[in-house]
Order: sequence, then C-alpha cells, then structure tokens
Amino acid sequence: MASSPSHDLNRVRAAARADTEVNFGFWAYLMSDVVLFSMLFLAYVNLSQRYAGGPTPGEIFSLHGVFLETMALLASSLTFGLAMVSLHQGKKNHIIGWLLATFVLGAFFLWHEVSEFVHIIHEGASFDRSGFLSAYFGLVGTHGAHVFFGMIWLLTMVAQIALRGLTPAIGSRLARLSLFWHFLDLVWICVFSTVYLPGLIQGGSA
Amino acid sequence: MSHSDDATPGHAPTAGAYITGYLLALVLTLIPFGAVYYEAFSPGVMLLVIAVTAVLQLGVHLRLFLHLDMSQEQRWNTISVLFSVFTIFVMVGGTLWLFYSLYARHMMVGY
Repeated sequence: MASSPSHDLNRVRAAARADTEVNFGFWAYLMSDVVLFSMLFLAYVNLSQRYAGGPTPGEIFSLHGVFLETMALLASSLTFGLAMVSLHQGKKNHIIGWLLATFVLGAFFLWHEVSEFVHIIHEGASFDRSGFLSAYFGLVGTHGAHVFFGMIWLLTMVAQIALRGLTPAIGSRLARLSLFWHFLDLVWICVFSTVYLPGLIQGGSA
Repeated sequence: MSHSDDATPGHAPTAGAYITGYLLALVLTLIPFGAVYYEAFSPGVMLLVIAVTAVLQLGVHLRLFLHLDMSQEQRWNTISVLFSVFTIFVMVGGTLWLFYSLYARHMMVGY
C-alpha cells in the first residue's frame, strides 16, 4: 500500500467517470426509463380530459404545493451537484453533509406529494374515479416511487462513506446515484409542465 | 471505452457550474409558474411559455447538471440521449397522431 493520498483520490475520480462501462450501462438503463416515462406521459395526455363526471385538474391541483415541491427538488439537484464537487476534492465530510441535505430536500418533496395524494383521495378522487385520475396517479406516483428509492440509495451511500471512506467503488456508485437523482429532476420538469401547469390553466378554479 | 483501470480522473465538476445551472433553472421555473399564477397571458400563449421554458430548462439540466457534451468522456451518453429522443418522437408523436385522428373520426373530442 505505497500509493499516495493524491493517487488514491485520482482512482476515486477515475471510477466516477461517465465513460466507465458500469456508468455508461446505468445511463443506458436511465434512457430506457425515459422511454417508460414517455409512455406514461402519453397516457396522461390522452386521458387528461376524461373526467367521467369526476373532478377536474383545476379542482384538485394546488399551484402553491407544486411550486414548493419543484423548489425542493431543484435545490436538491444543486446539493447533489455540490456533493459531487466534494467527491472530486476528496472531502469526505462535505460529501456526507451535501448528501444528507439532498435527502432532507427529497423527503420534503415526497412528504408534500404524499400529503397531496392523501388529500385528493379523501375528496373521493382516487385513481379509480376517472381516466384522468388513473393516468395522473400512474405518472406522478411512478416518479414519486423513483424519488423514494433514490432516498434509500442516498442513505445507503452515506452509511458506506462513513464506514469505508472514499474508495473507488464508492466513487463509482456515487456517480450513478448522481445521474439517477438529476434524472428525477428532469422528469419532474416534464411533470409540472405537462400535468400541473396546463391543468391549472384549463381548470380556472377561481 | 473503460477508463476505470487507470487513474485518469474525469472532468472535475465545479461548484460554479452547478450554481449557474441552479440559477438558470430557477429563472426558467419562475417564469411559467409566475405566468400561471398571475394569469399573465391567454391559455394558448401560456401553454407555449410553459413548453418553451421546459425545453430550455431540460437543456440547462442536461448540460450543467449531467455535463453532457461531445467530449471523449460524454460522447456515448450524449448519443444515447439523441437516440432516446428519436425513439420518443416516433412513439409519442405517432401515437398522438393515431389517437387524435381516431377521436376526430369518431367525433369523440371533449368526450
């Protein structure tokens, strides 16, 4: 074990490259996930005005709530980015701090989303009420499930870094989680631009 | 294509790039939310504003958060994104065309 600390850090940074086989493979998975989401968006666009006499988007969506969720997820992209900057600088405690900040913002997002779902369902507008609601819960719920698994992954990485320090394997895993987390924010841009904002225009629930 | 065996560090991300990306994304989020909140435009113009700011923000995220470009490190990631965009265009565009044609023929618009 004659390697210098800077050489070790270079190995961690090399493992985090986008063109390693594992990281490109994970990117290919994300591209397949993009196609899956695009089909859910397609179903939503086709069903978004099939109310079957049930509630309309303007009656159940809250601009205020969606705005808070959007701000939390966007801020979490920044905090994860800063975790990756800390990775390249080899600052272990900074990485853990930024990852925990990302987790808190993700938890805020998910808590808001789940409260929104519970509120809508309590108003008698569950996923079986109309085509619009089936497509809405299917699309937004799939995104929320991704955020949930991303948060489990975040805590796992925090534990691994705390226990094992910065190894090349951990740098490699963190690079993939970074792709996954930024990808979730990309999908969310499409969600608020396809589902919430257009729904709140049409609804006109003054 | 693997560089994991040697110690060639990848392009190091900078805090400045992430903060720039965050601020751009913030502005591109505030514009559509503000337009809807203040009912600034007619519904048609509003949908256009939402669509344009969304596409611009996707570009900001892909470039400044996911670091996509045509460099050696990112080339295949970028190419796979372009392929996915093409795939989505064919499937989503084709299906929308099919369904709206079907609705029109069956006079189901607004059903």
